[in-house]
Amino acid sequence: MNPTLKALLITLALVVAGALIFPSSYYFRVGSLIWINTISVTGIVVLLGYVGLVSLGHAGFFAIGAYAVAVLPGYGVPSGAALFVGAAAAGLLAMVIGRPILRLSGYYLAIATLGLGMLIWMVLTKESWLTGGPDGMVVAGFNPRHWFALVGIKMKSTEAWYWLTGLVATIGVVLAVNLGNSPWGRALRAVHDSDVAASSLGVDVARAKVVAFAISAVYAAVAGSLLALANGYITPDTAGFMHSVEMVTMAVLGGATTVYGAIVGSLILTALPQVLTFVAEYEHIVLGGVMVATMVAMRRGLVPALGDLAHRLAMRGRSK
Amino acid sequence: MNRLEIENLGISFGGIKAVDSVSFSAAAGEVTSIIGPNGAGKTTLFNLISGVYAADTGHVRIEGADVTGEPPHRLARRGMARTFQNLQIFPQMTALDNVMTGCHLRETSNLLADLLGLPSSLRETAKSRGLALSALERVGLANLAARPASELSYGQLKRLEIARALVTGCSILLLDEPAAGCNAVETREVDDLIHAIADEGVCVVLIEHDMRMVMRISSHIVVLDQGSKIAEGKPEEIRDNERVIAAYLGAHGAAEARAAHA
Amino acid sequence: MSELLQFVLSGVTVGAIYAAVALGFTLIYNASGVVNFAQGEFVVIGGMTAAALIALGVPVIIAAPLAVIAGTLVGIALYRLAIKPAGKAPLVSLVIITIGASIFLRGVMQVVFDKQIHRYEGFSGDDALRFLGATLLPQSLWIIGGSFVVFAALAWFIGHTHAGRGIRATASNRFAAVLVGINTGRAMNLSFALSAGIGALAGVLATPVTFTSYDAGVLMALKGFSATMLGGVGSPAGALVGGFAIGLIEAMTAGYISSDYKDAAAFIVILLVLFVMPQGLFGRRTTERV
Repeated sequence: MNPTLKALLITLALVVAGALIFPSSYYFRVGSLIWINTISVTGIVVLLGYVGLVSLGHAGFFAIGAYAVAVLPGYGVPSGAALFVGAAAAGLLAMVIGRPILRLSGYYLAIATLGLGMLIWMVLTKESWLTGGPDGMVVAGFNPRHWFALVGIKMKSTEAWYWLTGLVATIGVVLAVNLGNSPWGRALRAVHDSDVAASSLGVDVARAKVVAFAISAVYAAVAGSLLALANGYITPDTAGFMHSVEMVTMAVLGGATTVYGAIVGSLILTALPQVLTFVAEYEHIVLGGVMVATMVAMRRGLVPALGDLAHRLAMRGRSK
Repeated sequence: MNRLEIENLGISFGGIKAVDSVSFSAAAGEVTSIIGPNGAGKTTLFNLISGVYAADTGHVRIEGADVTGEPPHRLARRGMARTFQNLQIFPQMTALDNVMTGCHLRETSNLLADLLGLPSSLRETAKSRGLALSALERVGLANLAARPASELSYGQLKRLEIARALVTGCSILLLDEPAAGCNAVETREVDDLIHAIADEGVCVVLIEHDMRMVMRISSHIVVLDQGSKIAEGKPEEIRDNERVIAAYLGAHGAAEARAAHA
Repeated sequence: MSELLQFVLSGVTVGAIYAAVALGFTLIYNASGVVNFAQGEFVVIGGMTAAALIALGVPVIIAAPLAVIAGTLVGIALYRLAIKPAGKAPLVSLVIITIGASIFLRGVMQVVFDKQIHRYEGFSGDDALRFLGATLLPQSLWIIGGSFVVFAALAWFIGHTHAGRGIRATASNRFAAVLVGINTGRAMNLSFALSAGIGALAGVLATPVTFTSYDAGVLMALKGFSATMLGGVGSPAGALVGGFAIGLIEAMTAGYISSDYKDAAAFIVILLVLFVMPQGLFGRRTTERV
């Protein structure tokens, strides 16, 4: 099957399945969180899985998106436009920061983004006149149920948010799949496997890395805007280091080389703390442990590992 | 004017001159071979020519234009392509995708079209797929197109790299031991392939250990020893050059040389 | 004048700590090529362990070495349980492993100790010394002296002992080191142990001045990185100079610009180094082999 169509059908099917089985508003809210995380983690897949770079500051880009929809409406910019402004700002910042750093080897990006994320967090915390400081700020009301009402579908706000985030996640997943199978995507994956060979074929390695970094920053910013609007409230913790780590862990656990890994990783690590309270309590141990264990025992992550397993079982079945 | 001209090219690592002021030129439509014992600096020379290392001294010219110090991707735009001694394939991709990556410079769709999966992007991919398949056919790997590159044998990967370099539409092709890991039959096939590539007007520069192959297909041979050029000439001149036999061939190699004579 | 001196003194004090962290990075990086994101956690483990033991009534003279031993053991465990089993994993996987380990260690500290901020009395009391109109805690002298002793001891160890030469050989060429019969696994093990020990010692010395808490490691790591990059990745002398430089820059930022943004100084330095001189002050140009 055409990979784009496959991604579209699988993601949509998951969105619909969730809507069908969720018994209460609480579930829809968690579902929205899963799709918001899927969006930002899909960005990590483009960066880590396609091109092989680690960012420890993506929460900073996420927060740029979140604060764009929180701050800009106060200056007369509508929420929808603010989302695009936030995404563009995050992408531009990534390009400016990425250009000098990405000429160098991979781990410099991890270090520089670690600093960048902290800087953004610092600004959000200290500049209270603009951001409300550590206590955060209220995000002006925006409710997608009115959109759905326009086309004659009546539903609760939480459900409307679930559908909206699910649809945006679907678009995000499909775009990432398109990219992966396109000329640019092949260039990115070539850089991942051997930057020397890629450049010998005419790929401008530094530019390819900057492009992937900027795309992933835009994904994070869009996710951030959606979270701020859905919650109606935002704090500087969205820019926190642990949030960046959480995104990387989701990608690594699910399998960073595929968008399906982003979905599975987001699903597990978003739902788990809701189901098992000790996961929320021991967040650090769980996230850190998952990262190390996945890298040591199942380096490519859950989805590729299960794919291999299914492949092997199928082969065995055929040989019998 | 030769297509590729190398003048006084040199680089040192920690005080040791890995390549010391080497000059030669290579013409279009011919096979120029670089030979020499292990550690003579052949691969380092390739890395200098292809822009992977920055040279301490000297110049590289393509069609008379000074390209010294240009990064590899710029040189690729000028028509240079290469293969690698210790394989630089893309193991996570299929054999076909590996070769399709070689079409990078031909592909004209922009990032937005790629993200949105617009027809322009899909057309480019279809075009690249066609080119890549015929290149795979040409190196005899068409039946392995859909296999992950990591499953191919060493000799097959060597040929995969040639296919990947070929689809760039290069006018200068640097081949680093293309026949390594190939059996006698495959070596012969690689041999014919290189011949055919040169006949199409490509300037081929070859590093190879198989002396029979070198003598058979080279128009011109450059001999390196300890980073310096010690001889240069037609195959028959090199074969009879005392200095080459002494410095390079040694006792074991002398027998090889006689075999090549026979 | 006395104001400037005051800033210099506090800059040198924290700079000595950053130098020790940077030295730890350099040691592991040279031996294994791994950029260890858990380096800051070693410092916190040292400080938190010492604080907990001292709170239990254990005298400093016993608590301090125990805390250093605890840090060292964690370093060895990190190598044995996470780095070594990953084998020849690509660089990006190793980076992720050390990030994971750092988060994991944070979590463990939160459980074993608590989420409070800790300090204990300086080794020579908390009465400030007066010095040309500026004040200085006696603990600062311990910190500065300690970092120089560590640097000298490490230089001697690497230069004059069999095990140290193994580390040096592994650092300069791992493959060649294997060929001449050096146990590179042991050298890497030792590098992690030493690096963690140095980090923990820095934590033990620093805590009376800088305080510590379970999540202080990231910021410490970021500043250690800045110091490493400013000095030049892979250079021990660079680590020392870079550490003091970052400490001073930070103190000046806090003193003359804004104490809110003193932590941003390190990040600005990282960016400037990357923009202007990626090799750092003492770095060497490296050439990848293909």
